[in-house]
Amino acid sequence: MGTALIELRHIYKIYQMGSEEVRASDDVSLTIDRGEFVAIVGKSGSGKSTLMNIIGALDVPTEGEYLLGGEDTGEMSDDQLAHIRNKMIGFIFQQYNLLPKLNLLENVELPLLYAGVAAQERRERAMESLRRVGLEDKWKNLPAQLSGGQQQRVSIARALAGNPSLILADEPTGALDSRTSREVLDFLKELNDEGNTIIIITHDSSIALEARRVVRIHDGKINFDGDVNEYAAIL
Amino acid sequence: MLQSFKLALKSIRSNKMRSFLTMLGIIIGVASVIILVSLVNAYMSYMTESFASLGTNQINVNVVNLSSRSVSVEEMYEFYEGQEELFDNMSPIVNVSTVVKHGSDSMSSTNVMGVSEEYLDIKGYDLAQGRNIQYSDIISRQKVCVAGYYVAAELYGSPEKAVDQTVKIGGYAFRIVGVAQRQDQDDMDDGGTDDFIWMPYSCGVKMSRNANIGSYIFTIRSLDAASKAKACISDFLQEIFKNDDLYHVTAMSEMLDSLNSMIAMVSAGLGGIAGISLLVAGVGVMNIMLVSVTERTREIGIRKALGARKGVILQQFVIEAAVQSAMGGIIGIVLGSAATTAVGAAAGLNATPTPSAVIVSFSVSVAIGLFFGYAPARRAAALNPIDALRSE
Repeated sequence: MGTALIELRHIYKIYQMGSEEVRASDDVSLTIDRGEFVAIVGKSGSGKSTLMNIIGALDVPTEGEYLLGGEDTGEMSDDQLAHIRNKMIGFIFQQYNLLPKLNLLENVELPLLYAGVAAQERRERAMESLRRVGLEDKWKNLPAQLSGGQQQRVSIARALAGNPSLILADEPTGALDSRTSREVLDFLKELNDEGNTIIIITHDSSIALEARRVVRIHDGKINFDGDVNEYAAIL
Repeated sequence: MLQSFKLALKSIRSNKMRSFLTMLGIIIGVASVIILVSLVNAYMSYMTESFASLGTNQINVNVVNLSSRSVSVEEMYEFYEGQEELFDNMSPIVNVSTVVKHGSDSMSSTNVMGVSEEYLDIKGYDLAQGRNIQYSDIISRQKVCVAGYYVAAELYGSPEKAVDQTVKIGGYAFRIVGVAQRQDQDDMDDGGTDDFIWMPYSCGVKMSRNANIGSYIFTIRSLDAASKAKACISDFLQEIFKNDDLYHVTAMSEMLDSLNSMIAMVSAGLGGIAGISLLVAGVGVMNIMLVSVTERTREIGIRKALGARKGVILQQFVIEAAVQSAMGGIIGIVLGSAATTAVGAAAGLNATPTPSAVIVSFSVSVAIGLFFGYAPARRAAALNPIDALRSE
C-alpha cells in the first residue's frame, strides 16, 4: 500500500508507580500506512490506551521514535504537538467529549478554529461535515439534546472537519447500544472506503473484527499483528 | 481574540449565579471607592465654599502703632493703591464699642465698626434698602451709617422704616442711609451676623479716640496670589515697623490650604480602605477562576486534544477573568455613581462621582481580573491533555 503514515520504532512508555516500574509500552514497533483500517485491541491495562495517546500525539514516549506523517514527535514542544494533533488527527472518543455549552456547529468548528480558519469558511466546512453525518438540521442544538448515537456522529463530524490524515477512535461504540454501534462502525467503514486512515482502539474483539487489520496488545507488547481473517482464526 | 471574548461572555452567562457572586466583590469594591472618594470630595468643596463665603480672599492686617513708629490710614491707602494688580478692595477697621439706642430701645451687643466704602464689597453683602457709605461721607466725617438687618428690624420694625431714621451711637446721632440684606436666614440674634452698624472709619477713629487705625482688611484679586500678597504687605510693614512683633498679617486662604490638605488625607485614607476591599475582591476572582479551571479540566483537555495551543487556553481564561472583573467594575461604577448622588442629595451635598475615582477604580478592577486571572489561567494552559481528558 501507500507510504507509512505512522511509524513506531521501539517505543517504551515507562511509569514509576512508587518503587515499581510499569512498562505501559514495552518495545512496540508498528507501521501503519495511509488508507489502512486498523483495530488496536487489548484488555484494560494492556497498554492500548498508552499506545493510543502516543499515536494521537497526546503523549510522548519515554524511549523510542514516533514518526507521524514523517515528522518526529519526540522533539516536539507542547504547542507543536497541539499543532500536529490539530492538523493530522481527528479524535473520536468513547464519551464523545463534546463541549456541552456549545451548539453542534460550534463543536464541529473547534478544530478549524484552532487551525486558524476564517469564520466564514469555518462555518461552511463545519456545516458540510455535519451534513455528512446527517445532522445539519440540528446544528443549533446543544449536545445534551441529542441521543448518544447522534452525539457520536457529531464527534465524527468534528473529527472529519479538519480533514485529518488519521481518524483515531477510542472505544467509539463503548457507550452505545448495538444498533447505533452498528451505524457508527458502518460509517467508519464507509470513511475508510473513501480513503481515510482509521485506527480503532477497543477491548472488544467483535469490534476489532470490523477492521481490516488487527493489532493486539498484551502487557505493553504487541502479541498479534495481522489481517483480520487471521485474527478471526485465532479467536 | 474576538472569539475569546465571545467565549468569555458565554461562560459568564452560563454560570450566572457564580459569576454574579464573583462580581459582587468587585462591585462592592468599586462602588465603595467611588462613593467614599466622591462624597469626601463633595464635602471638601462644600467646606471650601462655605469657607470662601467667610472670605478666603481676605487678608487681615493688625498693627500696633507706637508713637515712634506708626502707619497712618493715608500711608496704607497709598500702599494699597500702588498694588492694584494684587488687591481688589481694602478697608480700615475701627471697632467702636458702644451702645446703640433709638428712643428707649437700646442694643448693647451690636458690632459697631468704622469702615471704608469698600467694606460692603469685601463682605459681599447687598443692600436691602438705601445706599452705601460713600467716599465723601468719609472725607467729611458725615454721621451716617449702614445698619444690619437685625438692627433695622429690632429698632424700626423693617429696613424700609429704618432708612433715614436717626440712631444714637455712643451719644452721637447717626442717620441710617442703608440697610444690608439679611445674611443669616435661619435665625437672628443679639450679636449675630446681622447685628451690626457700619459708619465711616473717619467717624469711628474720632469716637474711639485713637489717632491711628490698628486693623485693616484687604481682599486679593486671585487666590493663587495669596502668599505673594501677604508677603507684599509684610514687606511694607516691616519697612515701617522694623519689628515683626508689631504687625500681624493673616491670609484666610492659608487656613483653607491646611483644611484642604487635611481633607485630602482623609480622602486618601478612606479611598485606601475601599481599595483593600478591591484587593479582597481580586482574591475572590482568583478563587473562582481556580474553581472554574478545576471544573472545566475536561473541557480544557478536549480543547487541547483538538489542537488548542497553550496561549489560546491562557488567553481564554485571562480574558474571562478580565471581562468578568470589567463587568463587575461597570456595575460598580453605575451603582456607586447612583449611590453617591443619592447619599449626596440626602446629605444636602452637591455630590457627583469624581472622574478620577471612576477611572482609577475601573482600571484597578480590570487589572485585578488580569492579575488574579493569570495564575489560574496558567494552570489551565499547563494541564496535560490526557489527564484533563480523563477527569470527570
